[in-house]
Amino acid sequence: MSEEIGSVLPILLVAAPILAATLPLIFGLRLERTGWSVALVTCAGTFLASLSLATTVFGDATHVLVIHELGGFARPVGIELVADEFSTLIVLLVTGVSLAVLAYTRVGGPRGNTFYSGYLLLVGGLLGLSLTGDVFNMFVFLEIVGLGTYALVASGDGPESAVAALKYLIVGTVGASLYLLGVGFLFMATGTLNMLDLQTQVEAAGYDNTLVVAGFAFIFVGFAIKVAQWPLHGWQPDAYQHAPDGVTPLVAALVSTVSAYALGRVLFTVFTVDFVTATPYASEIIVAVGATSVVAGSVLAVIQYDVKRMLAYSSVSQFGLIVAAYGIATETAFVGAVIHLLGHGLLKAGLFLAVGVVALGYGARTVGEYAGLAHERPYVAGGMAVLLIALVGIPPSVGFIGKWYIALGAVQAEAWVVSAVIFLSTMLTLAYVARLLERMYFTPAHPLSDPHDTAHDHAPAAATDGGTDAANGGTTGRVTVAMLAVVVCIAVLAVLLGFAGGLFFELLEPFTAEVFN
Amino acid sequence: MIGLEILASHYAYALMFVLLGVGLYMMIANENLVKKVIGVNLFQTAIFLFFVSVAYVEVDGEPGDSPVVPAEVAPGELFVASPLPHVIVLTAIVVGVALTAVALALIVRIYSEYGTLREDTLREVRADE
Repeated sequence: MSEEIGSVLPILLVAAPILAATLPLIFGLRLERTGWSVALVTCAGTFLASLSLATTVFGDATHVLVIHELGGFARPVGIELVADEFSTLIVLLVTGVSLAVLAYTRVGGPRGNTFYSGYLLLVGGLLGLSLTGDVFNMFVFLEIVGLGTYALVASGDGPESAVAALKYLIVGTVGASLYLLGVGFLFMATGTLNMLDLQTQVEAAGYDNTLVVAGFAFIFVGFAIKVAQWPLHGWQPDAYQHAPDGVTPLVAALVSTVSAYALGRVLFTVFTVDFVTATPYASEIIVAVGATSVVAGSVLAVIQYDVKRMLAYSSVSQFGLIVAAYGIATETAFVGAVIHLLGHGLLKAGLFLAVGVVALGYGARTVGEYAGLAHERPYVAGGMAVLLIALVGIPPSVGFIGKWYIALGAVQAEAWVVSAVIFLSTMLTLAYVARLLERMYFTPAHPLSDPHDTAHDHAPAAATDGGTDAANGGTTGRVTVAMLAVVVCIAVLAVLLGFAGGLFFELLEPFTAEVFN
Repeated sequence: MIGLEILASHYAYALMFVLLGVGLYMMIANENLVKKVIGVNLFQTAIFLFFVSVAYVEVDGEPGDSPVVPAEVAPGELFVASPLPHVIVLTAIVVGVALTAVALALIVRIYSEYGTLREDTLREVRADE
């Protein structure tokens, strides 16, 4: 009985948000503002469903696969939705963050029923991308996620957001198309699209098969665009900066994270560790791409003035760490990558929510304007400070354990370049984080020597009203208790998870045991 | 000579990569935003054609295998192309149409805000602001 309910959960998680995405539009014909309520009910429902899924998957110490065969067609012909230890953790992150961000959008975010239709469509796409067990189905969900993201990024009031969204659309489509081309090569070599079936078929075709290697190359480059690896990251800072403040936390925390998860899934379930080690230069190239992104992203983040843009470049570097850890392909590094995937998603959700709260209540957008924030807005500044310190990787925090295990894996695998890069990137992260912290805590809002005190008083307000970013519609809204509560809760969670390194290892153990031997 | 033979039997793939290149070049080099989107469409169309031609590839000397009608039923008589790539292309076309619609909607909005469709002019207008 419980097994039957369990196998329905994956399809429920994917279908419910996508079907619910039509409701705000239908209700919108008669009622003005029902979108938020529909989104809240749906996101809360999917969160509960994902918790239930987690109890099924993690309830057993063995490797559990909750499989739903769509339409009752069996593997390899049918399309499957598969929940295992790896994907369930990502599903928990997606449902949790999408629920938390709603606390901000109720008052601060873009309004209107169409926005929430896009929101639910994006959540459904992300859940589908996390749960799918079919490489072509993965392409479809990749594009659904893409469409949802382009629409949400463009939902800002300013014209800049449309330009950023179009840039993202063109680059993102190329990424997804390259992935599809790679899938085509794999299909040519094996004649199947199911991931578990592909795993055996790819091995049968031989890891040195030209079609398999070409397919891997296209898939990797496609994902490198979607995950925003240097030098293919160009779309990402613009999209994050010009998206409305209510959208950036969702997009920054989830979209690239789930794409990076999908890369890991294809790498370890379809191609397997044996392929990565057997193919000449495969591991080296993956590590090189990741390591370059770490350094380039950190350096670019240090020289930014806009806080949102700075955090966007920081994402480039953090995802570089994850990709490099994939390339090392040892158990420790892989667990580190998964922890960092979750931890970074959580931290960026909290940080971008805090940025939204600051823009809404304090009118600050650049590093310079953050001066005196700790004095004026102690709660949001405190939450943001904890999240920033966690991003650097100072224990105890989720940022620390992720980096620690990746570094440990790199040392064990004797990948000295990666170890050096992690150390360097931590220093550079500290550089841009410290710059912001110094502004928030140690620089007074109005320089004492400045005689034109009143002129400075109006400067931040003018900056918001002028709508240079126009992300929050040019109106200074009010900061609600719920927004602050979410930022503080995420900060507390980020610290608490810092003690959960062993727990993650145990949770992922059945999956890693399957993959790494 | 071997090169020519490969070209004669694999011209579909050569055509596909030429189209792919043309699409990519249009995306990068053309200043007009609408033509950039046409470039994206060409790029995608090339991949669709690739999938269609894959469906006819022989497997182990036998004509195209298909999950619905296996090739062994009447070897040498029944030539069935695999329906799976066709279904994939059908789905991918729908996705492509949706993408084009979103892209054009964004371009309409950019035009109404900035009054231009050219990227270089757009850059100048944005730099002035």
